Amino acid sequence: MTTLLRVDNVSRSFGGVLALRDCSLEVEKGSITGLIGPNGSGKTTLFNVITGYVKPDAGTVTFNGKSITNARPNTVFALGIGRTFQLTRIFARITVLENMLVATQRDDSWLRGLTRSMSSKVEVANAMEWLSFVGIAQLAELPAGALSFGQRKLLELAYVLVADPDVILLDEPAGGVNLTLINSIAEKIKTLNESGKTFLIVEHNMEFVMGLCASVTVMHQGSALISGTPDDVRSNALVLDAYLGGGDDEESSEFA
Amino acid sequence: MLKTKNLWRLLAQSRKVLKTKNLLWLLAQSRKVLKTKNLLWLLAAVALALFPIFESNPSYQTIGVYTLIFMACSTSWNMFSGYSGYIALGSAAFYGTGAYTMALASIHWNMAPGAAMFWLVPLGGLVAVIVAIPIGWVALRVRRHTFVVITIAIFFVFQLFAINMSFTGGTAGLNLPYISWNASYFDVPFYYVALGIVIFAALLSTSVRRSRFGLQLLAIRDDEDRALGLGVKVAAVKLTGFAMSAFAIGMCGALFAMFQGQIYPQFVFDPLFDISIALMAFFGGLGTVAGPLLGGLILESAQQYLTVTFSNDSLYLILLGSLFLLVIMFMPQGIIVFFRDRYSKKVDRNRSALSQNSLTLNEGAT
Repeated sequence: MTTLLRVDNVSRSFGGVLALRDCSLEVEKGSITGLIGPNGSGKTTLFNVITGYVKPDAGTVTFNGKSITNARPNTVFALGIGRTFQLTRIFARITVLENMLVATQRDDSWLRGLTRSMSSKVEVANAMEWLSFVGIAQLAELPAGALSFGQRKLLELAYVLVADPDVILLDEPAGGVNLTLINSIAEKIKTLNESGKTFLIVEHNMEFVMGLCASVTVMHQGSALISGTPDDVRSNALVLDAYLGGGDDEESSEFA
Repeated sequence: MLKTKNLWRLLAQSRKVLKTKNLLWLLAQSRKVLKTKNLLWLLAAVALALFPIFESNPSYQTIGVYTLIFMACSTSWNMFSGYSGYIALGSAAFYGTGAYTMALASIHWNMAPGAAMFWLVPLGGLVAVIVAIPIGWVALRVRRHTFVVITIAIFFVFQLFAINMSFTGGTAGLNLPYISWNASYFDVPFYYVALGIVIFAALLSTSVRRSRFGLQLLAIRDDEDRALGLGVKVAAVKLTGFAMSAFAIGMCGALFAMFQGQIYPQFVFDPLFDISIALMAFFGGLGTVAGPLLGGLILESAQQYLTVTFSNDSLYLILLGSLFLLVIMFMPQGIIVFFRDRYSKKVDRNRSALSQNSLTLNEGAT
């Protein structure tokens, strides 16, 4: 196993709040890695640093042996890191299929965009294939804004997949969707992982994380507390302390 | 050579080609071309082309020239602002740049007054594009309301510049080489050049809408940060669109200067121009190809006609204002979108389910 994505000693503060403090993380190639921690522990900020939306104050991010610290989001995506957002972000006023086509060419030059048509037959076929994979192909012609929250989650997953990234960062894929859909999303992640995709998943649903991830990293107050197998993490005293000691009842009940 | 046998073979071959299936295919193809929508476009183009032939009154022909100029400018403006959602209110800077390019070039190059000056029209567009690049580079760093304010501010810088510099003639303006064509047909060449610019702008707007680049502009309108995270080079795409939209506007400015024969800073760098072309696009349907064309056709011709008919200044404003209110009240997304929703069955419910209200409701529910 080789390390595909590596975060070393990253720090980032917003005003006086230290969102990330000397945070380090390794994602093995071909793994499904879980990232858990109480609200405000810096999980999403870490995602933002990796994908280029937020610049770190210190530390480095390495992907495939290449530094992507301070790279712009489009560059990060072109290199092969796709992500979804906690609150889904889709293009509401264009159709579902057009949403897919935006992401199709991950390193297309802007000049070529001027001279080529919106899509080729191959691209449409490929986009439709991924839409059927997540199960919303029948909605392809609808404006994406007409989709329900759960369907938007699926669309977001589909258009990240259409560009064939190596690593996929999922920010709460099971948040706010019903149980049937959660299971179906977990199945999809497993299938994709078997075909060689690497996943890094932020999630509060412990059953989901523990069932899916071979390795789990716990974040607390901006840094990675421990990493290990789900069983190691579950029984670790520090983790229980982070969740229970923080006085965040909601989190602790979820963890139980 | 022409044996009966060969003839029979030929006949058999031709029958193969003319099989029912092939004939049906041919029919289907021709029906595709002759769709109602395409026919309407064709009809509109023919009607516009024939207008000066059937309407020989120069004052109505003048209205025609102004109307076409505004149709082209609104279409070109919409190609960037309508698609990307970056509402620019400083496009008069490009219009004025085109006008001053025409004036200064024709004066300094001692051009013979006449048709040769039309060659300066594309030059006006080109200079406008060159001016648009640094403007866009600065203004496109900010979004939404800030972008609107910055474009207005930059526009006023241009206006002040034209008023205060000596080479622009200051408030006295510039007089172009005097074109002494007969008044009875003076407008006609300008009309057809303006029509050419309209067709150019409409074709460009259509091809942008169908290109990957156009899709990227629409994605930027809906969620710029998300588009960036999906590999869209948003800064380059925005600047390209912004600069491209300046071209037809600059050409219109140049044509306007030649048409008027003299220009003043406050008329070619006119804040009302910015608002007009934006309103025309809103009126017809923002982000559609036909919207700004229709908006420009209705609003500019109505305004010009009413001004001519009721020379009383305020009456035409009341009529125009009422028309505008009616459209905003009953067709808030513009005329084109309203009728498209109503008559295209396929997208009927889905599109109207997308009105601003239901969008906010959906997001609120999550």
